[in-house]
Amino acid sequence: MKRGAMGFLTRTPLHFVLIGLALIWMLPTFGLFITSFRSPEVVGETGWWTVLLHPFNFTQYTLENYRSVIFEGGMGRAFLNSLFITIPGTLIPILLAGFAAYAFAWMNFRGRNLMFMIVVGLMVVPLQMTFIPILTVLNDLSKVGIKLGGTFPAIWLAHTGYGMPLMVYLLHGFIAGLPKDLFDSAAIDGASSLKTFFRIVVPLSVPAIASVAIFQFLWVWNDLLVALIYLGSTPNVGPVTLKVANLVGSRGQDWEILTAAAFVSMALPLVVFFSLQRYFVRGILAGSVKG
Amino acid sequence: MRTRRWVPWLYAGPAILLLIFFLVFPSVETARLSFMDRGGDSYVGFQNYIYAFTNSTMLTAFRNNAIWVVVFTVFTVSLGLLFAVLLDRVRYEKIIKSIVFIPMAISMVGAGTIWKFVYAYRPAGASQIGLLNAIVVGLGGQPIGWLIERPWVNNFCLIAVGIWMWTGFCMVVLSAAYKNIPRQLMEAARIDGANEWQIFRRVILPLLKPTIAVVTTTMIVFVLKIFDIVYVMTNGNFSTEVLANRMYKEQYAFANYGRASAIAVIILLLIIPMMVVNIRRFKQQEAIR
Repeated sequence: MKRGAMGFLTRTPLHFVLIGLALIWMLPTFGLFITSFRSPEVVGETGWWTVLLHPFNFTQYTLENYRSVIFEGGMGRAFLNSLFITIPGTLIPILLAGFAAYAFAWMNFRGRNLMFMIVVGLMVVPLQMTFIPILTVLNDLSKVGIKLGGTFPAIWLAHTGYGMPLMVYLLHGFIAGLPKDLFDSAAIDGASSLKTFFRIVVPLSVPAIASVAIFQFLWVWNDLLVALIYLGSTPNVGPVTLKVANLVGSRGQDWEILTAAAFVSMALPLVVFFSLQRYFVRGILAGSVKG
Repeated sequence: MRTRRWVPWLYAGPAILLLIFFLVFPSVETARLSFMDRGGDSYVGFQNYIYAFTNSTMLTAFRNNAIWVVVFTVFTVSLGLLFAVLLDRVRYEKIIKSIVFIPMAISMVGAGTIWKFVYAYRPAGASQIGLLNAIVVGLGGQPIGWLIERPWVNNFCLIAVGIWMWTGFCMVVLSAAYKNIPRQLMEAARIDGANEWQIFRRVILPLLKPTIAVVTTTMIVFVLKIFDIVYVMTNGNFSTEVLANRMYKEQYAFANYGRASAIAVIILLLIIPMMVVNIRRFKQQEAIR
């Protein structure tokens, strides 16, 4: 009865507010997207919204900007570098954090709680605080012939170290919640701890691992600072974020190039986000409201 | 489970070693460097800290960080709460949630590019290609240099980018907590004649309090370290400096490791109270389990 005309009228402001806010949230990205398909001459002349006057006039769109940033601007190479940084930069920390979380959750050893608190507490160290000492060490290492700075292994290890506190925390929360009986019966069957980890912990923790993996993937893919420090500005190993940041510096007014490059850098995170959103949300919740 | 004494260390060891190398050792070393001169060669006492609390750019950075903490946190948390509560009442909840949440997946560099374009400025008379100035001019105003106009306009424009990126996070967390509130409570209040606002104030808000506290501390910790948005969009020029960006500059532009380290230590000291709150929460969780 209530949901008649009155209900509709009282709910109109609600729809108005929500749809209005959603539009505000969408417009900036949408403008970037449109601009990346417009030709350089018109981008500087008219606002991107003018295409909406005749949205189906396809002559106003071009793929030239994408062709140019991917093949001539070096975005293609940077994209491959990003993949090469991100995939090991996600898999290595998951494995190590998984091991550590398993030990903290199901093994008894002296100083376990204190150690775990320290690991989680390290989440608050500002990354910038760590760079000078580490660079000094890497520098000293290169003097004795071990060259790590500016290489992929250096950045893999760095992302592993920096991602560890949050990952151990999230995985621990999940792994500690697995039923105790499982571990008891595995022990009675004489399963080794390694076997228990790979046969019981890993298969049962797939949802948690997935959400942690997405977190780390997005974090590493979107990272600029760590890449800037550990890889320097060497173009042949630089990821997409570094490339876009350089373009902003060198071609700051060429919006058609910047927008296309930004979109290339955003494409994979957006695909990952939309296909695995469920796990991403779950990860966030595990990290902040789990009781 | 009974295991040999060294086995746990085999599992936790690699993680702990990496943490020692990448986080523990550098933090200690940074604390030491903060009392040394620019090259880290001789002891200078509290000189770097005195600089940090007296230099005018540093004071601007402190002021801006304070503005960030207040404005960013208030807006992300309250907008997140607004979305969480209102979206529960409509059928298109999922779509809007995705839209608000998308910026979380984008890099700061990407977001910086997106918003620089929104804020783009052309002198009066030229055709405006930035959305915001086009609106202003369309309404008959003069174009505004959004990122230059100091100190309120440009700082708020930078904070707006942060709000755009992080409201989704608050929304998701608060929405999950909101959906955990038993519906009967709200129905009961409604039957007793409470209006929607009273229900929100007297029923929803008190029940969401713990979650709001968590989200707020998370946002404050994040915003004290805020770096990328400022670095990409203004690099701290036009009075938009913040602590983390200042530190990066001391380190790389001026190669003054002493000062950079002192700023890093200050940021850490500002964060520690939040850390205490979080660890307390963790202990409570342990007690429940």
